[in-house]
Amino acid sequence: MGFEQIVFYIFSAILVFAAGMVISVRNPVFAALFLVLAFFTSAVIWILLEAEFLALTLVLVYVGAVMVLFLFVVMMLDINLAVLKRGFRRYLPVGFVVAFIMIVQLVLIVGPEQFGLDKVESPTPRAADYSNTEELGRVLYTVYVYPFEIASVILLVAIIAAIALTLRKRKHPRFMSPEQQIKVRREDRLRIVKMKSETKL
Amino acid sequence: MKIITDYFKSLVLIELLKGLMLTGKYLFKKNVTVQYPEEKTPISPRFRGLHALRRYPNGEERCIACKLCEAVCPALAITIESEQREDGSRRTKRYDIDLTKCIFCGYCEESCPVDSIVETHIFEYHGEERSDLYMTKDKLLAVGDRYEKDIAANRAADAKFR
Amino acid sequence: MLEFIEQSLAWLPDGVVALVIIILKILAIIAPLMAAVAYLTLAERKIIGYMQVRIGPNRVGPWGLLQPVADGVKLMLKEIILPSSANRFLFILGPILTFAPALAAWSVMPFSDELVLADVNAGLLYILAITSMGVYGVIIAGWASNSKYAFLGALRSAAQIVSYEIAMGFAIVGVLLAGGSLNIGDIVNAQQGSLVHWFWLPLLPLFLVYFISGVAETNRSPFDVAEGESEIVAGFHVEYSAISFSIFYLAEYANMILIAMLAVLMFLGGWLSPFQGIPFLEDWFAWIPGIVWLLGKTAVFCFLYLWFRATFPRYRYDQIMRLGWKVFIPITIVWLMVVGGAVVAQLGPWFD
Repeated sequence: MGFEQIVFYIFSAILVFAAGMVISVRNPVFAALFLVLAFFTSAVIWILLEAEFLALTLVLVYVGAVMVLFLFVVMMLDINLAVLKRGFRRYLPVGFVVAFIMIVQLVLIVGPEQFGLDKVESPTPRAADYSNTEELGRVLYTVYVYPFEIASVILLVAIIAAIALTLRKRKHPRFMSPEQQIKVRREDRLRIVKMKSETKL
Repeated sequence: MKIITDYFKSLVLIELLKGLMLTGKYLFKKNVTVQYPEEKTPISPRFRGLHALRRYPNGEERCIACKLCEAVCPALAITIESEQREDGSRRTKRYDIDLTKCIFCGYCEESCPVDSIVETHIFEYHGEERSDLYMTKDKLLAVGDRYEKDIAANRAADAKFR
Repeated sequence: MLEFIEQSLAWLPDGVVALVIIILKILAIIAPLMAAVAYLTLAERKIIGYMQVRIGPNRVGPWGLLQPVADGVKLMLKEIILPSSANRFLFILGPILTFAPALAAWSVMPFSDELVLADVNAGLLYILAITSMGVYGVIIAGWASNSKYAFLGALRSAAQIVSYEIAMGFAIVGVLLAGGSLNIGDIVNAQQGSLVHWFWLPLLPLFLVYFISGVAETNRSPFDVAEGESEIVAGFHVEYSAISFSIFYLAEYANMILIAMLAVLMFLGGWLSPFQGIPFLEDWFAWIPGIVWLLGKTAVFCFLYLWFRATFPRYRYDQIMRLGWKVFIPITIVWLMVVGGAVVAQLGPWFD
């Protein structure tokens, strides 16, 4: 067993463990943190596959941003764990059935018959100066430019939709506009009035 | 036009740069720090520090137990008991100042008709327990004896303003 | 030096030798970094002191030079207090998760043309990804402390870091557009020429956005709402004491130096001499090694951090968010278009 294989098995074990903990651990904050661990470990496995751009993007986007907001929400919510866990026993068999069906489906499609080591040749190791990022960018903006653009437009629509759905007009907004504030000069606000001092009666 | 110049001004952070220039200028100013145990700031002759009871040059204690200071003390820090001495003069049997109560207002000094109780310029004193900060008559007289020269000099310096 | 170590370890298997050498290299980066962090704290106190017309620490050693040592010893000898209702595991994990990314980011940092631990292609992306993980330490610390103030600090910090990462990321995109590479060494070499060939000139808005976002990203004043000692006592690390407390500070200062050095590498020509291309000065200063220029420029940026702290009052929270989303992101996007156009047009002297 080579060094790479050892690394692969270690990180796979961590990944499977973390994924299992995400759904079995009681505290939602822990679940989210295990999800972070799972993301990070899969990024490491991607790096083993020489897909460093994808791995780093996974860390940057999912670990660095999405999961932070996730944690943010989970920490703020006051979740009653007892209620959440009440149906666990009852729904467990159903869950197993669903999981089993999903595994069967997955195996049927990406099982060893289609994606075995003899079917798909292992990627040839590239030279040290080979830039995965550059290749990916080139492919994205030439061969797959339309799917890429469509995907980005869909995401843009999603952003706008999310904002539009949550936007509500406040009746009495107390919003201040800093650009107005910094323009204020003393002369606009202050008037020095010269008055005669009071004379004695 | 004004809108454009204002916008440009805020974009090039001109006001922040002004602020930075100010602190930058102060970086090279002379420091005003006084390094206390080695250096000390000048003390006014009116400084109100530790109390002392004074004596006349012939060694007779000045205090006549009039109790004006006890009456005027806003913090009730002074306790006086008086008696008649063998020679028939009215003197204090007990003259205590509780420094933990004292607020160093200087009223006792002001009220004293014979310039007996004074506040010296000593402010670096300490006590390891509460009783150390309870000044008895003996302690106060000892302070007065020890620093009589300074006290007299300070009072002379301040005399023309009184 | 390296050959000598390799020879003296020749009796060990090859893998072990490589490991030992890598560990030695890591130590050669971390040890000076920690010293720099220690003395940056002293410099901060001294410089802010002088700006406030005071002296700053001057009692421990000559001019207070041993103050960081004294602070370190004190913090190491103190007791680590675990709040009784805190989550013990996460409470300990918090500082570690802050510190580890702060150090890991240094692994791809080039100090001169060949002086680099890991010369990876996607170095800039790696730094961006690793530093984005530092926020977990803050969030976990805030949540695990089981304290209102710590939690508020954690939430503020999370929102702020996520927001400013976007502006920072866009600024970096501008740099890699201009440099044509994600490798930091290549980016520096793309700035060869002279002082005006450096990227600060064509990327001036991005440069400013990058550095200001960097200040926000490291939770430094005037963006230190996560700490906010006057509002939420000390934010996410109220409950921390002793070494676990100081680790947060080590990470903060290591990140400061990291941001400063990255700004130098990406916008100010890294280890390139500022006298490059000037007839006589270039030859006169040719003997100075590149790393001196790099460290000197970095020191200037570290000084800027301290200068900001001495000058600006803390932002209000909504102002921070406004600045990040409504000012910086639009500016960077507009300037990305400009840079893209300039690169396509091969605008000299930078992009030809």
